[in-house]
Amino acid sequence: MSKVENLERIIAEFGPSLHDAPYGGWKADRKIDKVVPTHCPYCAVQCGMNLLVENDHVVGFEPRYDFPVNEGKLCPKGVTAYLQAHHPDRLKHPLIKRNGLFERASWDEALDLITAKIKELRSKYGNDSMALYSGSSLTTEKTYVMGKFARVGLQTRYVDYNGRLCMVSAAAGNNKAFGVDRAANPWSDIPLSEVLLITGANCAETFPILNKYMWEQRDNGGIWIIIDPRETPTARQGDLHLQLRPGTDVALANGMLHVIIKEGYVDEQFISNRTNGWTETREVILEKYTPEYCAEITGVPAEKIVQAARLYGRAKTGFVLHARGIEHHSNGVDNVLSYINLVLATGKIGAPGRGYATFTGQGNGQGGREHGQKSDQLPGQRSINNPEHRKHMAEFWGIAEDELPQAGVSVVEMFQKMREGEIRGLISVCNNVMVSLPDTNKVRESLEGLDFYVCIDFFMSEAARYADVVLPGTAWSEDEGVTTNGEGRVLKINKATEPPGEAKPDWWIVQQLAKRLGREKFFPYTHSREMFNELREASRGGTADYGGISWERIERENGVFWPCPTDDHPGTPRMFEDRFYHPDGKARFHAVEYKGADEKPDDEYPLILTSGRVVFQYLSGNQTRRIKFLVDQCPEPYVEIHPETAKKLEIADGERVKVVSRRGSGVFPALVVRTIRPDTIFVPYHWGEELAVNQLTNPALDPTSKIPEFKACAARIEKVASRQLPILGQARQGTSLNEAQQGK
Amino acid sequence: MIFVDYIDRAETTATMPTLCMHCSEPTCALVCPADAIKQNEDGIVMSALKPRCLDCRNCVNACPFGVPKYNSAMHLQMKCDMCYDRTSEGLMPMCASVCPTGAITFGTYEEVVPKRKTKPVNAHVFGNQRVETKVYLMLPTDAEEVEVDGCGVFEGRVAVEREEGRKASWLETQVESSDNRNEF
Repeated sequence: MSKVENLERIIAEFGPSLHDAPYGGWKADRKIDKVVPTHCPYCAVQCGMNLLVENDHVVGFEPRYDFPVNEGKLCPKGVTAYLQAHHPDRLKHPLIKRNGLFERASWDEALDLITAKIKELRSKYGNDSMALYSGSSLTTEKTYVMGKFARVGLQTRYVDYNGRLCMVSAAAGNNKAFGVDRAANPWSDIPLSEVLLITGANCAETFPILNKYMWEQRDNGGIWIIIDPRETPTARQGDLHLQLRPGTDVALANGMLHVIIKEGYVDEQFISNRTNGWTETREVILEKYTPEYCAEITGVPAEKIVQAARLYGRAKTGFVLHARGIEHHSNGVDNVLSYINLVLATGKIGAPGRGYATFTGQGNGQGGREHGQKSDQLPGQRSINNPEHRKHMAEFWGIAEDELPQAGVSVVEMFQKMREGEIRGLISVCNNVMVSLPDTNKVRESLEGLDFYVCIDFFMSEAARYADVVLPGTAWSEDEGVTTNGEGRVLKINKATEPPGEAKPDWWIVQQLAKRLGREKFFPYTHSREMFNELREASRGGTADYGGISWERIERENGVFWPCPTDDHPGTPRMFEDRFYHPDGKARFHAVEYKGADEKPDDEYPLILTSGRVVFQYLSGNQTRRIKFLVDQCPEPYVEIHPETAKKLEIADGERVKVVSRRGSGVFPALVVRTIRPDTIFVPYHWGEELAVNQLTNPALDPTSKIPEFKACAARIEKVASRQLPILGQARQGTSLNEAQQGK
Repeated sequence: MIFVDYIDRAETTATMPTLCMHCSEPTCALVCPADAIKQNEDGIVMSALKPRCLDCRNCVNACPFGVPKYNSAMHLQMKCDMCYDRTSEGLMPMCASVCPTGAITFGTYEEVVPKRKTKPVNAHVFGNQRVETKVYLMLPTDAEEVEVDGCGVFEGRVAVEREEGRKASWLETQVESSDNRNEF
């Protein structure tokens, strides 16, 4: 049903096209009507910024020096973020696909069509034939409404969100170890630490403003230990770099813990007072994980493992920071738990300078995973499998408990169910599956096999091209609401302008659908403040308790850290000062064994392919691949190859090569650099279709978190004969292969 | 008018920003036949005055740091004037405002130096020319001046020996060409 035809016309009409000027062009004599303090739409540092508004158009920005997290600082994405608000590619009207072409439709026409299709599918195949796939770049109010709309409006069990590709391993690991899912310390604790242990996190590019705190720590005399297969800009600045083989983190962390135990750096008092499970863990570690054994698995010299363990173990204060590098694995939760073991064994948590945190990818990655758009979760980090939690939420929403659907499945499994025909219709909000899901050839199959596909977005993403109906949502500057940044600080996004054309807030769109489905009384909203007040009440008594947080308090206090149960509660910047969140108040060790990646290199596919991000692009690139300044700096993906490997394969720097895995292949220019391991290659992931590294990646899932293994799969490199090159003489022009082929 | 370059992408991810150093005796102003480039009372070297500029591009060719650029569409020389529109109103220049790491920091010598463990240096030697600047480099050495042509200061810290005939990585070339494209 949902095939992409007339691709050239879709691209000509909806982009990505490159834009490099604010609304109305560059002018020195703007009359700025208002300055709107808000936050960046991109990553979870959620830097403060002021938007400059002229005549209901965002025309520029000013640093927000008074916001304590970033003090005015911004990365290249933040500096150019305002350019997306009035980008010529913005979707301004509902679109219905007829004969392979998107045609402008009225809201009533589009919503009536969607409702008819939903009703048809539900009567034929049951309520669970519809699925909702949401995102975390939405405000928390919207994510709450999306979860509620799936369960109460669509009445389907199949709902999930794109944090499944991002935060879930960290969330699951945190829940297992600490009984709650949130960064343990505010970032202001970082400068108080003697040692930072940064693993699988290229924060110089992916969380740029955090470097402010990290350099403060360094100016205080601190040390950085970096664990990463590449010499990233982060690793380059570090003091000790353990350049491990991708997917071997458990071995590395266990090796370090071995040294910490053997050399007596464990905090016995902390372990006996505040933790459970140490004896078993200690046994497993001592039995097997000597530095020499771990050196063999990880490819990191044993002396470096010992050195890192001593640096972290001996320090009085220390901070462990990790991100997708350890989490995007089929054993991502194990990886997280093995580093948490280091934190607990040395008692480096719950005090100033003694900390632990994970980096959230999306702007509202934290808030988006708290209030019930996850397949197994209800608002306030409650569990849909817990009878008490079910009862509470069913009562709160005013539905019978048996009316509340059971847990669904993760997004990768949802797309499997689409291929199997169990899910027949999909509504996706705020995501771009043709870039971000693993094994995109299979994803395309899933989308093309759907009976009906609706996409809500504010730009025509690669995935939206497959949709039957595309509905125009709002950019971040056109609605208000809260987000929760990576340290657990709840922040307020403010509205600067009205949406362009007939675009509408995402919550309004699902509300209209609910109305047509006869579920109007559950969605009586007129303003996002009402949704905030509802979710605030819904979260009350849950782990992520927003009970005492109001929009006014957020503005007054520059953000409030949850849990904050009452109006006079100061919020909780630092967690675990006296207790963890398991019923007994103690943290748990987990004895984790090394398993390695799902797919290991062999003769046919001798290299390990890993993927990641660059500073100039954001996630699936739907926003940033349209802004000329960013595209100029990084127009297309490339493959990093070590000179030794390149020499063996006779590959020159800049030459286009074919990278092949068991699932697909892609042609990328080679970047021959000594900053990567000889057995590993790297491709950044922000592009779709022919340029997607996710054509190659392995959809193997972590058994607990269901995160796919983006960060390690077996691959080989082939030389490409010049006549096979996809772009002749047009190298590195345009934002996509299609554009380049058109000579745009 | 700031350029960020890879130092040697084949070997390292290290980058280096180049901004106007605001020389005490600016070469760009010395070679300007129309006297279009002025210093303000704080010693900040301003962009060429448009009515005076002859489009001759002497400044572009003469600046030892390679800072001034010429925008052919607008017939205008442009260089960093330390965001005169901002600094004259008490705001920081934009580059230092947004720099994530503080690699570019705006402040007086007395404010900045005590906070850093590195040495402030503002003398640069280009062969026979010695230039003193208002902008300081914070160096991890005890050098008194930067010998630009000999790479003296960086010797032993950053490998600069190249294999015979090796070229810069395509990524470096690309960044440079995109800097040139961005005339604005």
